[in-house]
Amino acid sequence: MEQVAIYAYQIGVSFSIFILISLGLAVIFGMMRVINLAQGEFLMLGAYACVLATQAGLSLWLSMFVAAAVVGLFGIVVERVIIRFLYGRIVDTLLATWGLSLFLVGGITTLFGPQSESVVNPLGNVTVGDIALSQYSLAMIAIAIALLIGTYCLWRFTRFGLIVRGTMQNPDMARGLGVNTDRVFMLTFGFGAALTGFAGAVLVPITGAAPPMGVFFIAKAFITVISGGHLPLIGTVSASAIFGAIDGFVAFVSSSVVGEMSVLFVAIILLRLLPMGITGHLRRGL
Amino acid sequence: MTLNRRQFMRTASGALVYASAASVLRSAGLKGEEPIKVANVLDQTGGLNIYSLKQISGCAMGVEDLNKAGGLLGRPIELLFYDSQSNNQFNSQYATQAFVRGKAHVLQGGITSSSREVMRPIVRKFGGLFFYNSLYEGGVCDRRHVSTGMVPAQQLEALVPYVMGEHGGKRGYILAADYNYGHITAKWMQKIIRENGGEDLAVEFFPLDVTNFAPVISRIQAAKPDVVWSVLVGGAHMAFYRQYEATIGKKNLMLASTTYGVGREQTELSADEAEGILIGTSFVDDLPSPAAKSFVKKFQAWEGNSDYVGEYGEYGYRGIMLWAEAVRKAGSPEPDAVIAALDGVQYDGAGGLYTIDGKTNHTTMDIHVVRGNRTGSFDLIKSFGQRPPKDTQLVCDLDKNPDDTTQYEPEV
Repeated sequence: MEQVAIYAYQIGVSFSIFILISLGLAVIFGMMRVINLAQGEFLMLGAYACVLATQAGLSLWLSMFVAAAVVGLFGIVVERVIIRFLYGRIVDTLLATWGLSLFLVGGITTLFGPQSESVVNPLGNVTVGDIALSQYSLAMIAIAIALLIGTYCLWRFTRFGLIVRGTMQNPDMARGLGVNTDRVFMLTFGFGAALTGFAGAVLVPITGAAPPMGVFFIAKAFITVISGGHLPLIGTVSASAIFGAIDGFVAFVSSSVVGEMSVLFVAIILLRLLPMGITGHLRRGL
Repeated sequence: MTLNRRQFMRTASGALVYASAASVLRSAGLKGEEPIKVANVLDQTGGLNIYSLKQISGCAMGVEDLNKAGGLLGRPIELLFYDSQSNNQFNSQYATQAFVRGKAHVLQGGITSSSREVMRPIVRKFGGLFFYNSLYEGGVCDRRHVSTGMVPAQQLEALVPYVMGEHGGKRGYILAADYNYGHITAKWMQKIIRENGGEDLAVEFFPLDVTNFAPVISRIQAAKPDVVWSVLVGGAHMAFYRQYEATIGKKNLMLASTTYGVGREQTELSADEAEGILIGTSFVDDLPSPAAKSFVKKFQAWEGNSDYVGEYGEYGYRGIMLWAEAVRKAGSPEPDAVIAALDGVQYDGAGGLYTIDGKTNHTTMDIHVVRGNRTGSFDLIKSFGQRPPKDTQLVCDLDKNPDDTTQYEPEV
């Protein structure tokens, strides 16, 4: 029983990290087809926003929402200033967002210095048998699941979600029906950025905030979303579940190196067998 | 304000006169001698600059102190700084530039082992001299290369038996960064643990971008060691210290490290995360000696802040001062004369007495075992006087083989 709990914990932690780093990208790249190479830096901005908010006296939990708001607004600015001129021009978006990522790393280093910043972890640990588990990691799993459910409900059950899905599917038709698609694109990008900022804040007590932190996550995020296929939400969840289960299990029974290797190995096999991603054969869904 | 041509000429020529007058005065003070040139190649920008920024200041402060005291051999010293931008390609480019265009008498710098290995052949090609001021895995045997930092035998032969003896850390669990420094240091650690009658339960390596340490933290708890040894390196691995404290906690299971502190990690973690870790070092700011106290005070005044200085800042100053002593002894700044004079050169610095061992061009120094405290610094527990670089001495003899340039990997 204890063993089961520990395996579940390892897999849960791994799964929640995959979800946190790729959920925002699922919106920005999965739904909107914008290859945002600055996605890792959005995470980093969220982390810094969270550090500043806690230093200003807010609790960690409130700071996560502050981080989401700050990065969401920043995402809207980026969409207005850069991205909206580049929809459909994949190579140009790639270059522009890469430049943006370099600019953000340089800018944050200039403002806050190269050292990393911390937030004190407010929670302790729980013991299962004689193994201690971090309560914060358990909270992180819950947060990741809550974010998933929240996003699903927003897309599935609200009028806004319906309009967004319609616009992404066929912008001309949506425009013909009187939807201000320009605004929908802007808000969707902002929502993706806000999710990323929130995730960055959630990661701070575990990884800290430092200018180069985006680099540690960006490749994994893209691999997850691409393996997920064309249905951004279901695809990302199933890819995160597969990769999280493999990474959590293998890294625990063997080592972190083998864990990362097996994730990449499985991703390659998966894309060879299902070139359109896990959801490639599903016709409908989110 | 508008500026017409005449005003501009007047201002510009005034500035020119002023600038040349200052340089005339300065060189007049030192009898118009040709300057001795020191090149410093370090990462002022990029991901590795957490290790370099203080060392850049340490080196510049050393040169300034020498000039204030009248230069070396009656000649002023000119510092040529090059920013290698955390990219080995620039190490190679600027090392070449320092010798060809800069006519440097000595090259100081390089942080990572890879940057050192890029620059060493260049130093050889131009018949130069290279001071590498960094903690590294040991074994470089090259008369044009001088290591002023700690090597594993010095640090571990003090720290490991201490942790095993005084704290009962017989059964160790080793976590190391997955590149040559981590691998070689982990081997040394296993050897020393076994020699002292202990047991190494496991050695695990982590690529430099790993941030999720939950799996290994659970494995550690299942293995039930007496102490966890960290040879982790870089920004991503800082996550380990955070996650360790949130699960196991140093109160319940001792944590000791060879690398913690050199990147000034303790100033970036919370008090709980930093308190209690045991490390072996040749310099921390809170050494109680008057030399250490006055060095830290001088350094902070020089930089104009109250930052923690740390080991790498002190290494920068130490490298300049040891080289200066060798130049004085040789009576010439020419690399070959200085190399011939290196054996036995001493400098009494902030961390204790440093002596260059001419057989290996490595440095004998005091090693201090210290414990992290809650105020972003360390408390001294015990000092071990004058530890020689034994690991490199076992494999390297520059007296017998002056043309050797190998980096030996110690047989463990």
